[in-house]
Amino acid sequence: MTVTELVSYEDALASYEPVMGLEVHVELGTATKMFCGCSTALGAEPNSQTCPTCLGMPGSLPVVNATGIESAVRIGLALNCKIAEWCRFARKNYFYPDMPKNFQTSQYDEPIAFDGYLDVEVEGETFRVEIERAHMEEDTGKSTHVGGATGRIHGASHSLLDYNRAGIPLIEIVTKPIVGAGDRAPEVAKAYVAELRELIKALGVSEARMEMGQMRCDVNLSLRPKGQEKFGTRSETKNVNSLRSVERAARYEIMRHAAVLGDGGTIVQETRHFHEDDGSTTSGRVKEEAEDYRYFPEPDLVPVAPSREWVEELRNTLPELPRVQRQRLKAEWGLSDHEMQSVLNAGAIPSIVATIEAGAAADQARKWWMGELARRANEDGVELSALPITPAQVARVAALVSEGSLNDKLARQVIEGVLAGEGDPDTVVEKRGLKVVSDDSALGAAVDEAIAGNQAVADKIRGGKVQAAGALVGAVMKATRGQADAARVRELILERLGGQG
Amino acid sequence: MTDLTRLTAAETAARIASGEVTAVAVTEAHLARIDAVDEKVHAFLHVDREGALAQARAVDAKRERGEELGPLAGVPLALKDIFTTEGVPTTVGSKILEGWIPPYDATLTKRLKDAGVVILGKTNMDEFAMGSSTENSAYGPTGNPWDLTRIPGGSGGGSSAAIASYEAALAIGTDTGGSIRQPAAVTGTVGVKPTYGAVSRYGMVAFSSSLDQGGPCARTVLDAALLHEVIAGHDPLDSTSIDAPVPPVVEAARNGDVAGMRVGVVKEFGGEGYQAGVMQRFNESVELLRELGAEIVEISCPSFDLALAAYYLIAPSECSSNLARFDAMRYGLRVGDDGTRSAEDVTSLTRAAGFGAEVKRRIMLGTYALSSGYYDAYYGSAQKVRTLITRDFAQAFEQVDVLVSPTTPTTAFPIGERADDPMAMYLADLCTIPANLAGNAAMSLPCGLAPEDGLPVGLQIIAPAMADDRLYRVGAAVEAAFQARWGHPLLEEAPSL
Repeated sequence: MTVTELVSYEDALASYEPVMGLEVHVELGTATKMFCGCSTALGAEPNSQTCPTCLGMPGSLPVVNATGIESAVRIGLALNCKIAEWCRFARKNYFYPDMPKNFQTSQYDEPIAFDGYLDVEVEGETFRVEIERAHMEEDTGKSTHVGGATGRIHGASHSLLDYNRAGIPLIEIVTKPIVGAGDRAPEVAKAYVAELRELIKALGVSEARMEMGQMRCDVNLSLRPKGQEKFGTRSETKNVNSLRSVERAARYEIMRHAAVLGDGGTIVQETRHFHEDDGSTTSGRVKEEAEDYRYFPEPDLVPVAPSREWVEELRNTLPELPRVQRQRLKAEWGLSDHEMQSVLNAGAIPSIVATIEAGAAADQARKWWMGELARRANEDGVELSALPITPAQVARVAALVSEGSLNDKLARQVIEGVLAGEGDPDTVVEKRGLKVVSDDSALGAAVDEAIAGNQAVADKIRGGKVQAAGALVGAVMKATRGQADAARVRELILERLGGQG
Repeated sequence: MTDLTRLTAAETAARIASGEVTAVAVTEAHLARIDAVDEKVHAFLHVDREGALAQARAVDAKRERGEELGPLAGVPLALKDIFTTEGVPTTVGSKILEGWIPPYDATLTKRLKDAGVVILGKTNMDEFAMGSSTENSAYGPTGNPWDLTRIPGGSGGGSSAAIASYEAALAIGTDTGGSIRQPAAVTGTVGVKPTYGAVSRYGMVAFSSSLDQGGPCARTVLDAALLHEVIAGHDPLDSTSIDAPVPPVVEAARNGDVAGMRVGVVKEFGGEGYQAGVMQRFNESVELLRELGAEIVEISCPSFDLALAAYYLIAPSECSSNLARFDAMRYGLRVGDDGTRSAEDVTSLTRAAGFGAEVKRRIMLGTYALSSGYYDAYYGSAQKVRTLITRDFAQAFEQVDVLVSPTTPTTAFPIGERADDPMAMYLADLCTIPANLAGNAAMSLPCGLAPEDGLPVGLQIIAPAMADDRLYRVGAAVEAAFQARWGHPLLEEAPSL
């Protein structure tokens, strides 16, 4: 591998303007595949979810999944696209062993949705990303190359093919060239993919989990000298599969292109692979000639012609879109841009909303989901929604705190118990004996002990330094293993030492 | 005692239903006939003795239980080897699928089984239905029962030969550019290409998806109609299948009549390249129609002159894509997999060894026609011609009820005569191709023997889409009139094998 000397990001942007194109594939969450009745469930035995059609057996024929069409139209509408009155599928012809028919049923010059946009926010400013098209297609199977060192086909002794994924519906969403983002191009790319993911989730058409391959991004990037109209030659970085990687890949390619161009070199139009470990890209297979997919209209399927009435019906039932919802919640919750961004990044909105709906105050709901629970989700490497605790349970913990039955420290222990499967919050409180102790007779002895053991501090308080009481409260809390009602302890200390609170 | 193989399908079914003969006896008679003559004819690629007898026994058992039998229950049929049959080999006449046992039944196969039709086996065909002589089969040619040194037509030569030689009462063919009608014409039998979308393509190995259509082959118009009714009808597994009632074909076949009908003679079909005896019998047929009370109208369809050229762009284009799946990965032949070669190399070696010359020729033609920079000039232009042809048909059918023409320009030619001349071979489908491009219904039925060689000539009748019943109404009238004139069915003049 040749090491590319990069130009620093700042230098690159001083001379060139980046132009990006983003292609995002979303696996739809339909129960069955795009053109047959096979299940789309993940994790099944290899090749157990196949039939003559998705295996491309001689004689088999496709039949379009109506839910797939509906999802495509809804995505198109949410992206402010026009919806085709009449469109066809097309065959994209190329040979690859994990593609059963050796053509992919896709759409070519007649996409179901086209000419839309998605507004994204970068540092509080709105940036409009224009959408070229959203079209329907089917996924391929999966190849596993065995015997090589890298898991790549090079050096492998043989390959295993799993066709369970073959035929799962995909929507490919392609942007128009994104110009004018300047040095924020990588951030715009990331914000776009993030916004798109939120949108897809809000529509309920896919879980859009990038780590599961349910959403995959290709980053096309070129540079042009500042002031030049004509676009430069682009590179196509394939399968960039996390938000952070999208940003890093764009950034790397800006620096690489600038280095090549700065040296008087030319950019080769090629596929590149992104490497998660160091954030670099390397050249993919060099093709001797441009791939000719020989697209033509799929003769086995009839045209798709969504009626205008149906399209309007779907438009009227679109959910509140994430950006609108975010602006509303930000105002309702009284958050800063930065705070709202953190909530968004954590994917916490649905959980917080549900917790508020279950009766918790907004600040409490946000505090638990963004604090203790976000930490746990991060440790376990799962989404917040996958944690074994329900919004209703979090709301109950918040209620116990606000009525004074728990303090924060105890509440954390209750949450820990719930996550450990010990039952709902009240059960955990009961089993672990986690009630706050505010009974004076029980606290009195501990307070007296703390005073006796910290005479110097006690004297300061007697002398009027009331703020020193904190040290004694701490001692009492320690002695009671956090179960004391801290406010009452403070009162008792001040009562005994004559200070005023 | 009656020779059970000489009965029509309608007669056979009636005798089985009445208990006069058993389905097993009928099946055994046909299996014996196959044993006696198929070595010479080579209509079958695979005979499913056990499956056929089991189906026949089931029909007999059903009758014994007093249950009602379908109109073709117990009738033996020869199935073109292009339809998948669960557990029974399906080769499409190609080495690339040698030994493949499909895990599923085609919709058509299923309908035949459900109707109690006895599937004797799978018939020979040009590889992937590409050809007009059955010489392109990877498993050797089929002889024409009228003269075994001549071709039985193609691609469905096995099916037409099987019924013409009394090895089966009925057969199934598929027609992409004439593969049911041209074999019917040269073997003196009846063949129908139903309206595109009338018969499900699910489980029919694709050659050219927008043109392929399965249909009935029989010795009489009524038999063809009875089979048509069994195999036609909407199939949710085929998106291009028509969701509408099947036209009343059997009723039409039982009530042949052309009185008051307007019959169009297509001016463009005839002249140079047409055998004199073929034109003579065709002209006599037109005269007969007039005598039967039809009004004859000359019709011009100028775009038909472009049909052959358009067909040889559209069909190869679609086939280049349809046949891409034969890559040695999941089923069929695999060549060169010795542990040292890449998947790509194994795919290449397999396709080189598994496909015959004509299939390769069409894959290359189609790949070229679809390639970037040529698409508009070739595939795109061909689609425009297709639109023109459809328009010419639509205008013609504003003036007439059906169109007639010779089915094919010549009678059966000798095996080997055109094998090295693709263009000469392609011309055999000159008159049949327009109906495929427009999706219309069309039939071929015998109209006599050419005086110069004593071989059968076919009359083609073309009807608008979803007016398949008109074919049978006209066909039955012509058939009855000719047989009255000849005193017997034409096939009885064929030499005995």
